[in-house]
Amino acid sequence: MPAIEARNINFSYTAKSVIEDVSFTIDEAQRVAVIGPNGSGKTTLLKIISGTLFPHSGQMIVDGQETGKWQRKEIARKVAMVPQDTSRIFPFYAEEIVLMGRFPHLGRYRFEDKRDYQLVREAMEKTNTLAFADRRFNELSAGERQRVLIARALAQEPEILLLDESTAFLDLKHQVRFLSLLQQLNALQKLTVVFVTHDLNLAARNASRIILLDNGKIYAIGSPAEVITSANIKGVYDVHARVDANPYDGSPSVTLLTTQQSFDFKGNASHTMP
Amino acid sequence: MTFVLLVLCVVSFAVGSVPISPERILHSLIKLLTGNFSIASEEELILFSVRLPRIIFAGLVGAALSLGGVIFQAILRNPLADPYILGISGGSALGAIIGIVIGAGSFYLGIPVLAFLGALATVFLVFTVAGSARSPLPDNSLLLSGVVVNAFFSAAILFFLSIVNSMELRSITFWLMGDLSGASTREVAIAAVCLLVGFILLYAQANKLNLIVQGEDTARYLGVHVEKTKRGLLIVTSLIISVAVSLAGIIGFVGIMVPHFMRLVFGSDHRLLLPVSALFGASFLMVADTLARVVIAPAELPVGVITALCGAPYFIFLLKRNQY
Repeated sequence: MPAIEARNINFSYTAKSVIEDVSFTIDEAQRVAVIGPNGSGKTTLLKIISGTLFPHSGQMIVDGQETGKWQRKEIARKVAMVPQDTSRIFPFYAEEIVLMGRFPHLGRYRFEDKRDYQLVREAMEKTNTLAFADRRFNELSAGERQRVLIARALAQEPEILLLDESTAFLDLKHQVRFLSLLQQLNALQKLTVVFVTHDLNLAARNASRIILLDNGKIYAIGSPAEVITSANIKGVYDVHARVDANPYDGSPSVTLLTTQQSFDFKGNASHTMP
Repeated sequence: MTFVLLVLCVVSFAVGSVPISPERILHSLIKLLTGNFSIASEEELILFSVRLPRIIFAGLVGAALSLGGVIFQAILRNPLADPYILGISGGSALGAIIGIVIGAGSFYLGIPVLAFLGALATVFLVFTVAGSARSPLPDNSLLLSGVVVNAFFSAAILFFLSIVNSMELRSITFWLMGDLSGASTREVAIAAVCLLVGFILLYAQANKLNLIVQGEDTARYLGVHVEKTKRGLLIVTSLIISVAVSLAGIIGFVGIMVPHFMRLVFGSDHRLLLPVSALFGASFLMVADTLARVVIAPAELPVGVITALCGAPYFIFLLKRNQY
């Protein structure tokens, strides 16, 4: 049974459709990247998988059941989402924010117990956020807040983790730490990961499959080598790019070219190639 | 916070337009606690059938308004929201006044029920204006809509005031500025029961409020059925606000000052914020009412005058500093 299955889903906020006839399956313990230009429907797709938006037609099936049929609390025990950012109007401590990840596991009218605090501690250790557990969330930097939100999602103990540009504000060290953590959770706990990113190289290096969205439709889907090609990049993003094999592991590596560079590149190519 | 409340209770008890010495109060209290109690003197009559119900009443109303403030601020994620500023108190008052004019007062609980309907209607009006989660109004437009809603209700209330006979006018005007002098034991008991039930229902949602404050989408990701929760909270909150308004009139700014101040001291966790705000709100209104009783004694001010006199500058200070 696939972890996530979309069958011909359509969705729109207003008259203009945002997701159009999208179908795919994601197996358990896969790592899938969702890429595409601004406004191509990436975040909306994540929200549909999380069961907070529902397709207007078609079916989104998570763990064998349509998202509309899950109780909110039940699906929150399976699917965790790390959103781009959250409201910071009221001052909460970072630890309180992470503790909120335990909510779907709490019984009605029950307070968190020792085990909940233990899991929160572990999640904060993994994301290197323990140092500011007792600082106010709204006073942290963007990258620090992002790590706290990741910790909250880990405390949720999900089977499926959805990440909406969660590496965007992380510095190099924390990006690497986070990606290693994902690999580890993926391998050891069979965590299914779906992440949205603008970084094509990051997607190519860390995903086993890639979904390329354009205007709410699937433009390409498959292995990184199948999806990340200069033809697809030109078709969707309207930019010239050179795609090489990464010398480390052979995954596609993208170099974006300015108009002038792409002219030089083609010029050179015609000189050097017989 | 409970301690602060109790101390202020005793202080308010002792202060009034008829001076009664502390020893005599203590004496009466001991008599009450040891069980052999009967009202023996004029002083004891003042203490136990005038001041005591009124102090408890002020506490209940203060707690209700503060809880209302906490809930509205959480649901709207706007620290400037409160039942008075959003126009909920005004809507409730309009409902009550319509009740007075059409003579609903002759039915048991006729006026409070209309006040509740008025509050409920305003809540849903405000939330429709505030927009859906997808296109929320920016913070300050919501306050602006409150101004407009309030202006409309004031006009409607003035309209009804112009057509009622002038005998009732003074009492209604007084009531509009917030007046705790009309407290009878029965009303206090009704208010206490409503508030207690309301508080228990709200407190059961404290965890979910913490999540909703993080944003509605976030609350959904973490397993909260946001629409259902909000609907329930708004109905319960409308109930306790309308109880406060139908008994005590419009008392502004309690719902904004108290939660804000408590958040500074105790943080934003609603499992703590709800009870401390209720207790502090009770203390605050008790003090305000004691002031209202003694400032121009033997006459007295509507308590709303006191709360608005300290609340309005505080509100402007918050708005100006723009950091809630």
